[in-house]
Amino acid sequence: MPERVAKTGNDAAAYALKQINPDVVAAYPITPQTELMHKFAEYVADGDVDTEFVQVESEHSAMSAVVGASLAGARCCTATSSAGLALMWEILYVASGSRCPIVMPLVNRALSSPINIHCDHSDSMGARDSGWLQLYAENSQEAYDNVLQAVRIAEHPDVMLPTMATLDGFILSHTIEALEVNEDDVAKEFIGEYKRDYSLIDVENPSTFGPLALQNYYFEYKKQQIDAMDAARDVVLEVGREYGELTGRDYGFLDSYKCEDADVIMVGLGSTMGTAKEAADRVRSENGIAAGVLKVRCFRPFPASEIADALSGASAIGVMDRSVSFGLGGPLYHEVRSAMYGSQTPTADFIYGLGGRDIPLGDLKDIFVQLDEIRKEGKAEPDVRYVGLRE
Amino acid sequence: MASNEFVQIRWHARGGQGAKTAAGMVAEVAVAAGKNAQAAPEYGAEREGAPIKAYTRISDQPIRVHDAIYFPNVIVVLDETLLRSEDVEEGLVEDGSLLVNTKRSPAEVRQQLGLEGRTIYTIDATGIALEEIGRPIPNTVMIGALLSVTGAAEVEQIEDSIHKKFGAKLSEGMLQGNINAVRRACEEIKSE
Repeated sequence: MPERVAKTGNDAAAYALKQINPDVVAAYPITPQTELMHKFAEYVADGDVDTEFVQVESEHSAMSAVVGASLAGARCCTATSSAGLALMWEILYVASGSRCPIVMPLVNRALSSPINIHCDHSDSMGARDSGWLQLYAENSQEAYDNVLQAVRIAEHPDVMLPTMATLDGFILSHTIEALEVNEDDVAKEFIGEYKRDYSLIDVENPSTFGPLALQNYYFEYKKQQIDAMDAARDVVLEVGREYGELTGRDYGFLDSYKCEDADVIMVGLGSTMGTAKEAADRVRSENGIAAGVLKVRCFRPFPASEIADALSGASAIGVMDRSVSFGLGGPLYHEVRSAMYGSQTPTADFIYGLGGRDIPLGDLKDIFVQLDEIRKEGKAEPDVRYVGLRE
Repeated sequence: MASNEFVQIRWHARGGQGAKTAAGMVAEVAVAAGKNAQAAPEYGAEREGAPIKAYTRISDQPIRVHDAIYFPNVIVVLDETLLRSEDVEEGLVEDGSLLVNTKRSPAEVRQQLGLEGRTIYTIDATGIALEEIGRPIPNTVMIGALLSVTGAAEVEQIEDSIHKKFGAKLSEGMLQGNINAVRRACEEIKSE
């Protein structure tokens, strides 16, 4: 029987890592990820896992160590946040380019400066072009479920790409919630065995790793990565379905809440989407606004056509961005606009929660009221709005 | 307070008084009792003695919201000096409750804060903690008092959780002291 437990998001992700029992984990502490690896280190010390746990001197080294181990055929995990991800930057691309199916919980945190330990999505958004898959979680349950599924998705022979499973710093990582965890043998069977076709240490069948590829071959390597990311679409869905059969919790690219009959739809990522669902129910009963919520669970690969389909019936759309591409605007907004190319539906960008600023239920209700006004006016002016910002 | 409501609790304390642990433990007890719960401290620049806040939500339904608690049903104050320096009562709903760790009576607290229509509970949690645990850490006493206010769990469920959480860390004497503290909290809490 699955067990219902109370855990923080960090503990939930660490529990998934325990059940994965990776061959190698290398990590360096950074708030708010620290307690995740702290917990995992306890599992190592208590003999609950067989993992070779490498305490490295930086995140650059953490990612380098798991790339090396992954090429040798090991199942590898690490975890980080914010500046830790930034320091991994160079090796993030080495991991995806070398087709290392590393799984990494990323506990979302703002980037300096000014220094800030709280949640926004600047870290993962900055890495959106690094060739890693990205799954976002609404709550600790999804954080746990996503980490387990990430292993299957990343290691699928058609994919072989690294995957980050993100969870909002503090809002999820340090919040205790009820969730259901699988029995160890159920989780183990779901994840299965990992066997890499070519191994760095298979001396009988020597292969080349990390080669130089200039004008002659580099482009072909990148096209293979593009194809693998495309192939991941079917795998994300297939693994999500299988996980649903196992646990009763289905996963896809998107989580559509009351969008079928909605006039106005809010699109977004992560923990805010839970509060948004509550806000949608409130404005439906209190303001008579037919509100819906479209949560983007899988941001890479980006499910453009599925998003366009889900939003096709809406008369006004609001996209929630917890990060900014300076000089452009919210990254999710621009990708949703691109997915909606040709559509005349007025769409506004709501930039919120940078550096962990709280997004109260009341603000989300107000956004639905604004969207209803946009619907009536038939245009979104201004099209970029800042939520909870002191003027 | 009926136990089938959505209860939102805000904790006010000073760093070192165990509010984070208490907020989390109430959630753990509630989950063990079959309810849904959520608990989080507000993280800032923590230091011992500084005012801090923490949040607990308890509900029979799944809890979807992830914002701070602005309109609590219950406010728990672990350090009564905060009644002067902080707006601890901010946002308390009209039929809400305030629970304060103090030697004073509920009537005396009401004289200071007003809060008409709300129920005020008091308990000398620091005194009980000193007698039962030997240290002025009021959090387990306040857990007992809070659960008797909200009816979210039975004393036995709290005792179970104390055993599970601290069984490996505390001596048998300290464990029993904590359990006595919770029991006394339920008996000695005053209200008006």
